[in-house]
Amino acid sequence: MIPASFEYTRASSVGEAVRMLAAGGEDAKVLAGGHSLLPLMKLRMATPSLLVDVGRVRELSYVRDAGDSLAVGALTRHFDLSRDELVARHAPLLAAVAGQIGDPQVRHRGTIGGSIAHGDPASDLPAACLALGASFVAVGPSGERRIAAADFFTGFLETALAPGELLVEIVVPKATGAGWSFQKFNRRAQDWAIVGCAVVRDGSTRVALVNMGASPLRSPGAEQALAAGASVAEAAERACDGLEPPSDLNASAEYRRHLASVLVTRALAEAGGAPGQEASP
Amino acid sequence: MSATAPAPPGILGQRRLRREDPALLTGEARFVADLDVPGALHLAFVRSTLAHARISSVDVSAALAMPGVVAAFTGADLERDWAAPLPCAWPVTADMKAPRHLPLAVDKVCYMGDAVAVVVAESEYLARDAAEQVFVEYDPLPAVVGIDDALSDRVVIHEELGTNTSYTWELAPDATAVEAAFSSATHRVHGHYVQQRLIPAAIEPRGVVVVPQPFGGEFTVFSSTQIPHILKVMLALTSGIAETSIRVIAPSVGGGFGSKLNVYAEELATLVLAKRLRRPIRWIETRSEGTQATIQGRGQIQDIELAADAEGRVTAVRVKLLADMGAYLQLVTPGVPILGAFLYSGVYDVPAYSISCTSVFTNLTPTDAYRGAGRPEATYAIERAMDALARQVGVDPAEIRRRNYIKAEKFPYASAAGLVYDSGAYEAALDRALELAGYQELRAEQARRRESGDSVQLGIGLSSYMEMCGLAPSRVLASLNYSAGGWEAATVRLLPTGKVQVVTGTSPHGQGHETSWSMIAADRLGVSPDDVEVLHSDTAVAPYGLDTYGSRSLSVGGVAVAIATDRVIEKARKIVAHQLEVADEDLELAGGAFTVKGSPDRSMPLGAVAFEAFTAHDLPDGLEPNLEASCHFDPPNFTFPFGTHVAVVEVDLETGRVILRSYVAVDDCGNQVNPLIVEGQVHGGVAQGVAQALFEKASYDEQGTLLTSTLLDYLVPAASELPSFVTASTVTPSPTNLLGVKGVGEAGTIGSAPAVINAVCDALARQGIHDIEMPATPERVWRALKEVAAR
Ligand SMILES: Cc1cc2nc3c(=O)[nH]c(=O)nc-3n(C[C@H](O)[C@H](O)[C@H](O)COP(=O)(O)OP(=O)(O)OC[C@H]3O[C@@H](n4cnc5c(N)ncnc54)[C@H](O)[C@@H]3O)c2cc1C
Repeated sequence: MIPASFEYTRASSVGEAVRMLAAGGEDAKVLAGGHSLLPLMKLRMATPSLLVDVGRVRELSYVRDAGDSLAVGALTRHFDLSRDELVARHAPLLAAVAGQIGDPQVRHRGTIGGSIAHGDPASDLPAACLALGASFVAVGPSGERRIAAADFFTGFLETALAPGELLVEIVVPKATGAGWSFQKFNRRAQDWAIVGCAVVRDGSTRVALVNMGASPLRSPGAEQALAAGASVAEAAERACDGLEPPSDLNASAEYRRHLASVLVTRALAEAGGAPGQEASP
Repeated sequence: MSATAPAPPGILGQRRLRREDPALLTGEARFVADLDVPGALHLAFVRSTLAHARISSVDVSAALAMPGVVAAFTGADLERDWAAPLPCAWPVTADMKAPRHLPLAVDKVCYMGDAVAVVVAESEYLARDAAEQVFVEYDPLPAVVGIDDALSDRVVIHEELGTNTSYTWELAPDATAVEAAFSSATHRVHGHYVQQRLIPAAIEPRGVVVVPQPFGGEFTVFSSTQIPHILKVMLALTSGIAETSIRVIAPSVGGGFGSKLNVYAEELATLVLAKRLRRPIRWIETRSEGTQATIQGRGQIQDIELAADAEGRVTAVRVKLLADMGAYLQLVTPGVPILGAFLYSGVYDVPAYSISCTSVFTNLTPTDAYRGAGRPEATYAIERAMDALARQVGVDPAEIRRRNYIKAEKFPYASAAGLVYDSGAYEAALDRALELAGYQELRAEQARRRESGDSVQLGIGLSSYMEMCGLAPSRVLASLNYSAGGWEAATVRLLPTGKVQVVTGTSPHGQGHETSWSMIAADRLGVSPDDVEVLHSDTAVAPYGLDTYGSRSLSVGGVAVAIATDRVIEKARKIVAHQLEVADEDLELAGGAFTVKGSPDRSMPLGAVAFEAFTAHDLPDGLEPNLEASCHFDPPNFTFPFGTHVAVVEVDLETGRVILRSYVAVDDCGNQVNPLIVEGQVHGGVAQGVAQALFEKASYDEQGTLLTSTLLDYLVPAASELPSFVTASTVTPSPTNLLGVKGVGEAGTIGSAPAVINAVCDALARQGIHDIEMPATPERVWRALKEVAAR
C-alpha cells in the first residue's frame, strides 16, 4: 500500500519542531525514525496532514551521565543505545532490550523517543523504562514537564503526551549492579515479542510486561506477591492477575497468560536475589 | 546402478560461480518494475473485500472525475473484451466441473481479492488513490471456507455447476489386491494429515507491462512470469489478438516457486486495456495484493492407510485425498494433487496401491502449483505414516525404512501405481545421512534428556523421499488429460567469431540456467563456458519452449541443449573433414579443436570452422552455410531423484517452542552439472519445507477474510530461524537421458516438512504426543502438551 497524501516539513531544533507542530494543528505528527508511523500510514491506519521530521535534530541524540540517573536524548537510535558504554554500566537492561529490537535496519532507524511516544504495548523499550522506573521529559508550547513512566502509558497507542508536545529526554535512574533480566518470546528474530518480560531487582522488584494488555504495563500481581515475600513460582502464577492480554494470530490470550508466567519465572531466576536482599549483578 | 558413479570428467561437475549473480547482487538486473516505459499509464485493481457476495453496483464515476485518471472500467464494462475466460489447462477428468473465470468479476465475487474494477491513471499513486474512490455495493453471501463445508454443498459457490465438487479422480490398478492386503495385514496404520494453505511469497511480487504499437498492432508483454511461452499462447487465445502480434518477455524474475506458473487476470487485463487505450500500461503487484491475488499452495486433507506384515513390511497403501481448489481453476489447479497421487507409496516396495482424490471449490484464493506441487504432500503423508508404523511394530524409524526400501537391484522399478522409476539407491542415501547426523549419538543424547526429565526435549526426524520430475513425457501427459506437451527446445549456434550461442526454451527465475547451460555446451565443445551466451525468456528470441517448473529444466531443457550441441558438432565435423580431406570418423574433437587422429599437427579450431561455415566459401557439396542446430527433446520418462533428510529439533516443554537445531540433507539428483547450484537449490528448498512445518499458514476467518495479508503476520522464516544445513549427495545417474541428470529444484521442499514434523513428534513421544498439525507453532505444541497432561 501507499500512504494518503500529506505535507512534510523538517525541523532543525526542538524549538522549531514545537512551533511547526503548533502551526500544523491537530493532524500534525512528529516523524522520528518512521518505523512505527510509516507502516501505519502505508496501511492508511494513520493519515496525518503534516509530518514534522525531527530526524535531524542532532541535539536530541545523546546519552549523558546526570548524577544518579542517565539522560537519554529522544532521538537516540536503538543501535546506539545497545552499544553505549554508560548504558551498559548503569542500565544494562536498556542496552540488552535495544539490541534485540527488530532487525539491524530497524535498530539503525528507530529511536527511543519514537518507541516511547508511540505507546505500543508490543514494544520493548516502554517495558524496559517501566522496569527501570524511568521518567520522560516533554516540551510543548507552554514549556517543559516531566512525566513518570508509570503515569505515561494511558491506553492503546495512547500516552500522556499532549498534541503538540515533543518528547525530548528519557531519564533513567541508575541501576548499577542491580539484578535484571529481559525475556523476549517471539517466532522470528526480527519480530515483536509475542510476550516479553523485563525485570529489575534493586531492593524492590519491578516486573514489566510486553504485549499483555492495551498498553505497556507492569504486573501488579507479581510485584505485590514478591513484596509480600512470595516465592518466584507464586509470583509467576499471579503475574497476569487483572491483566487482559490480547488474542491474535500469534497467540491466544490464554497462551499469552501461560507464556507470561513462564517468562516471569525465568526473568526472576535470571535477575537473581530474593526481594529485599542485595541483588546479584 | 552404483551410488558412487563419478561425475563425468571435464567442465561438468565444477563448482562454478553463477554468472547471473553479479548483476543481481549489484542491483543491475532489471525486473519488470524497473522498466522505464515512456508514457506508460498505471493500472490499479479494485478488489473484493468480501469472500462471497453478489455485486449490486459498481460506481467508478468519482474515480473517473479525479484529475490524472484516464479510464476506469467495471467487470461488466469489459465483459465483451475477453475472447475467452482465463484458462485451465488440466481438466483431469472428462466430467470435471470448471466455472467461467473472467479477469474481472461481473455478477458476483468468489474470494477476497477477486477483481471487480480497474482504474488507469497517469501515476501509480493516482491509480491507487482513485481505486479507493470506486464504490462497490455488495450483497453478502455466506462463505465456504473449509473443505468439509464445501463438500456439504450447504452453499453452492458456482450455481451453474450445481455443486462445489469439481471432480473425483481415482487410481486403483488392482483394488482386489489392496482389499486382500488389508484383510490379511498384521499391522494397520491410519494417518490423517492437513496440508495448510501456503502463500508463495516470491521476493519479487508479480508485475506486467504491456507496450503496444498502436499502428503496427503489435504488443510486447513484459511479465514477471515463469512461463513466457505458455503465456503467449494463452494470451492470444484469451485476448483474441493474433499470436504473431504478441511477444512475451520475462526479464529478471525474482523467484516464482510455481506462483508465476500461471495465466493471471492481471496479465490479460493489462494487455486488453493496452489494446483498448492504445497506451503502454503498467501494473505492479503490492505485497498485500499478492497474498490474495496470487495463487496459494497446498490446501489438502489426507487420509492414508498402510497395511503391513508382522515385520512391518508394507503390503498396501490406500489414500483418500480432499483438495481445496479455491474459488476458480487456474492454469493447472486441478492437476496439483494428481502430480502427487502416484507417489504415496514413496521409496517403498509396495505391491498394492489405490488412491482417490476429490477436489472442491471454496471462497478462497485459488490454489495451484507451489514448489513440489503434490509431491511434498504425498511425501509428508507416507513419511509420517511410516513413523507411525515403526512405533506400532516397535522398531527404529531408520529400520522400518530399511525393511521397506525398493532395493537398488530392482531398478528400473515398476510401481504399483503404474510408474517406472528410472534409478535409485535409497539405502546408501540413508546411511550417509545417518552418519552425517551422528544418529547414534543423537539417540543417546535423547535418552539422557528423557531420563533426566529435561524441560527441553530432543527429537530426531527422518524422511526418505523420492519425487517424479522432469515434466514430462508428452504421451504420459496426454494420458493424464493435460492439454500441452512436455518437451523442451534448444538451438545452438557457432557464431562467426567462434563464440557460442545457446537459445533455450526454459525460463529461469533464480535457477542459474545461464551458468548451467553454458557449462553443458562448453563441456561438449571443449571451449570455456565464458564463450557461451545463453538466450532465453523472450518469445521473439526463443520462439519454442515450455518454460520452467516441475524440476524439468535440466533433465528436459538441459538435455535438449546437449543434443543440439552434438548436432552442431556433427555438422562442423563434416566441414573439417572436407577441408582437411579426411573421413568424418578420423576426426577427434578435444580442447575446442578438431584434430586428425594420429596427426596432432593437422587440426582446425572450432573458431576457424565457424568462420568457414559463415563465409561458405568452401563447404562440402550440399551442405548449407552456418553452424546451427536445434533439438526438441521429448523425454522418454520422468526422472526420480531421491534422498534422506534428518531433522534434529529441541522442544521446550514449558513454552511449546520448537527450535530446529540441525539439519542434514543427502540428495541424489543423478549427475550434477554444477554442485554449487545443487546446494543452493537444496538450501532454499529445505528452508521452504521447514517454513511449512513450523511457521507458515494462510489464515482465514469464518467469513473467508485473509488474516495473514502482510509479511508481519505471514511468518516467512529468515536465516536467523534456521541452522546451517549440512548437505551431501550420492550420485545415481538417470538412464533416461544422455546427461544422466534428474532435477533438484523441489527436492529440498519435498524432503523437509515430514523430517521436521517427525522430529517434533519424536521429541514429544514420551509425553504421548504422536501428531501435531502443521505449522507446529509454540501454541499448538503447548496445547497438545496440556491436553495429554489433562488425560
Ligand atoms: C520490522 C520492524 C520490526 C520491529 N520490531 C520491534 C521490536 O521487536 N521491538 C520494538 O520495541 N519495536 C520494534 N519495532 C518498532 C521500532 O522500534 C520503531 O522504530 C519504534 O517503535 C518507533 O520509533 P521511531 O523513531 O521509528 O518512531 P516513528 O515511527 O517516527 O514515530 C512513532 C510515533 O511516535 C511519535 N513520535 C516519534 N518521536 C516523537 C517525539 N520525540 N516526541 C513525540 N512524539 C514522537 C510519532 O509521531 C508517531 O506517532 C519494529 C519496527 C519494524 C518496522
